[in-house]
Amino acid sequence: MKLAIKLAFRNLMGAGLRTWLNVIVLSFSFVIIIFMKGVMIGWDHQSKTDMTNYEIGGGQYWHETYDPLDPFTLTGSHAPVPEEFKDEISAGDMEPFLIVPGTIYPQGRLQSIVIKGINPRQSLLLLPSAKLDTATEAIPAIIGSLMAKSLKASTGDQITLRWRDANGTFDAGDIVIMEIFSTNVPAAEAGQIYVPLDRLQKMMMMPGEATVLTFRDGDKSRSEIENWTLKTKGDLTATVDAMIKTKTVGQTILYIILLTLAMLAIFDTQVLSIFRRQKEIGTYIALGYTRKQVVGLFTVEGTMHSILAALLSAAYGLPFLAKMAKTGWTMPIDTSEFGMAIAQTLYPVYSLGLVISTVLIITMVTAIVSYWPSRRIAKMNPTDALRGKLQ
Amino acid sequence: MENTPIIRIEKLVKKFPMGKGEFTALNGIELQFSKGEFAGLVGPSGSGKTTLLNIIGSLDVPSSGEAIVLGRSVGRLSAREAAQLRKESLRFIFQSYNLLAVHTVYENIEFPLLLLNYTSAQRKELVTDALEWVGLTDKIKSKPPQLSGGECQRVAIARAMVKKPSLVLADEPTANLDAANSHNILQTMKTLNRELNTTFLFATHDEKVISYLQRKIFLLDGKVDREEIISN
Repeated sequence: MKLAIKLAFRNLMGAGLRTWLNVIVLSFSFVIIIFMKGVMIGWDHQSKTDMTNYEIGGGQYWHETYDPLDPFTLTGSHAPVPEEFKDEISAGDMEPFLIVPGTIYPQGRLQSIVIKGINPRQSLLLLPSAKLDTATEAIPAIIGSLMAKSLKASTGDQITLRWRDANGTFDAGDIVIMEIFSTNVPAAEAGQIYVPLDRLQKMMMMPGEATVLTFRDGDKSRSEIENWTLKTKGDLTATVDAMIKTKTVGQTILYIILLTLAMLAIFDTQVLSIFRRQKEIGTYIALGYTRKQVVGLFTVEGTMHSILAALLSAAYGLPFLAKMAKTGWTMPIDTSEFGMAIAQTLYPVYSLGLVISTVLIITMVTAIVSYWPSRRIAKMNPTDALRGKLQ
Repeated sequence: MENTPIIRIEKLVKKFPMGKGEFTALNGIELQFSKGEFAGLVGPSGSGKTTLLNIIGSLDVPSSGEAIVLGRSVGRLSAREAAQLRKESLRFIFQSYNLLAVHTVYENIEFPLLLLNYTSAQRKELVTDALEWVGLTDKIKSKPPQLSGGECQRVAIARAMVKKPSLVLADEPTANLDAANSHNILQTMKTLNRELNTTFLFATHDEKVISYLQRKIFLLDGKVDREEIISN
């Protein structure tokens, strides 16, 4: 094996440009696959972190009838905060949110929205709720940049809000935009405004009631509470996992195309080698190689392309991947309208496992692709091979 | 020259499939070669000389009969044993040199020693000696495409002789060379035969080669036609 590696290396170096063209193509596959996989891992990591920071915390209890995808459930999805959570809430490790439907009238237009009541002094989410801790005649509100764009609203603007209280009575008042925040989590801002919880409870005539209870510690063992459904972090990020899984399938097709192109180059080289190097094959046999050993030599030679490609990838790929991990990959279009948790700039995350598994997979595939045409050597007649007679 | 037979061929027949029938390339060959001979199989194209040389070199097997080379019956060797025989005791010199084009002169000559797991120091010493025999010490880093035909054949001879094999089989070694180079190469081989007592067996129809042979076996239509021995 050691000799085969030595000879294969000499042969590859001696083949010059032919070798390097294959190696360059293969190294692109290495770098692109690692980069794209890194982006996926980065996106997964980033979106889950952002969701934790802006929307779900360590997990949530939902009122049993609450369904964020069904606005008709909002009217009845509220109940007093259970007594057993009072300590956790007063410690700031759990925050109640009251979620109700409403209508807003920006510049005379009518727009249905979701009104979320949030404790202005909460520190569980990164929402700038402290801006709600103010005394104004109008109802103080914070909105996300996507919502602001939709409303064409700026900080300080007053907009009429209409709601229907627990008794079914319609009421209206003005909100004043205290802050416009940016987040990568559309579900935390799209079509919704945040107002102080106690004020919303008064407006809705639902004192001490909430729709969602968000807690900080996701690792703490929790059980179901009557009228409330426990949603773990895993449950709440399942949509992101599903989204990434879908994207991963698409990317896998890209990897397969990339790998196929690189493997075609290797396969082509191997087939050509076997036809063009018949005399050389005959010479190896005349000098004391068995045909199987020559098959081994050609397989090692083909496989070594991927080793050289890995080294070449390390030379230019590592700085590239490191730079991308630092500066990130900025999406060419506005991601806020994607409707999913995705940052404008994605920061790839690479693990040693990712690099090693990619190198191993490509090397294994290269070995198979190199071996496949090389098997033909085992059927060659050495005397014909020595004469370079096509077989 | 000693009288120990290193090649013994008995009733050797070699047939090749041709269309629906068979073509008999060698028919009942009976020959013996002793250590240190400088002999040749002489004959026109199609007389079977290369086929016989390939069988002796364990690159091919007889259809019937026996070819016993260095005490081993070629027809009964496994692929691995045949490769072992070639690696340890036999060397080939070809008409078209068959050098490894992407390897340097040094690497080409070193190749058989690599197969035999010689150490780097041993390889260096033996390759240097071989280069001196053929007068190519200044071409050590050149690659075959940078050499003339004569130089390439010298490299092939150095590769064949580097491990001082028992038997060298040369198939039309001068066919691609001009007269001056041919004589030069043959002189080199003759000197190595004399100094190292290596057996040389040629397959040729080149008059220049024939003039150097001590023993000439004339083949015609796959049979031994006649033999000539030139006494020193």
